[in-house]
Amino acid sequence: MDAQLKRGLLDVCVLATIKDGESYGYKMIKDMAPYFAMSESTLYTILKRLESARLLTVRTAEHDGRLRKYYQITAAGRARLAEFKNEWEGVMSIYRFVTGEEQK
Amino acid sequence: MNKQEFLDALEKQLSGFPPEERDERLSFYAEMIDDRMEAGLSEADAVKDLGTPEAIAEQILKETPLITLAKKRMKPSRSLKAWEIVLLVLGSPVWLSLLIAAFAVALSLYAVLWSGIISLWAVFAAAVGSAVGCTAGGILFSFTASLPVGLACVGAGIFASGLAIFLFFGCQAATRGILLFTRQLGIWTKRLFLKKEEA
Repeated sequence: MDAQLKRGLLDVCVLATIKDGESYGYKMIKDMAPYFAMSESTLYTILKRLESARLLTVRTAEHDGRLRKYYQITAAGRARLAEFKNEWEGVMSIYRFVTGEEQK
Repeated sequence: MNKQEFLDALEKQLSGFPPEERDERLSFYAEMIDDRMEAGLSEADAVKDLGTPEAIAEQILKETPLITLAKKRMKPSRSLKAWEIVLLVLGSPVWLSLLIAAFAVALSLYAVLWSGIISLWAVFAAAVGSAVGCTAGGILFSFTASLPVGLACVGAGIFASGLAIFLFFGCQAATRGILLFTRQLGIWTKRLFLKKEEA
């Protein structure tokens, strides 16, 4: 797959893991696991990128006597998700046309 | 490998990184191990899940721009004394030209590699050219001049097409090899900056 396209897709996947409330690294990987495997290094890079683009924010909180980082989606992050949905509705209709799934 | 051993090994692998960035990555992996253990994995299994520190460092290295590593390396750990600066400036005709020469040599070696590839493709193009030329010319000869000469030309043309097909795969493999080598070269260059500074 085109690297640029894949990068954009993975960014949106990570954003989707926090759309219903904050989450932390391991939970994000676990939530995505049924769909695809993302390595820790990849997740780290994506989280950094999303944070510097202000699509999510980070807070450090104590959990069970140790520190854990929690990530929350921002308004800009939600806008990015909505934008993705709009873009891909178009792409999906092209996909259905190409594969002939909607022929009667 | 237990958690501490893993983190120590990773820290060593990342010794050339800016300290803040290195510590942030280390605490990220520590959290990942803790969360896996909380989910019921043993410490050893939690560590094994993440992959080897070497593999992780390799991937991080690929993602980090060279400039980040170079900046850290170029920053002197202490300020230079006046006489050192004088020496650096006075010596610049020597070390600067040596540095430029070394760089030029490296660049020309790389250019030689590529010219090898270009000449391989040129031979391939020549084979294609003679394949087309000989076959077409041969057919023409068979009708206008003598039949044996024409047939010989067609034969040469068929031989050249065979050669061209053969060369194509060779050229393709060589080009792919060079591209792989270039990528590896990038990693080596980054590694240079990562080497721990000897005191």
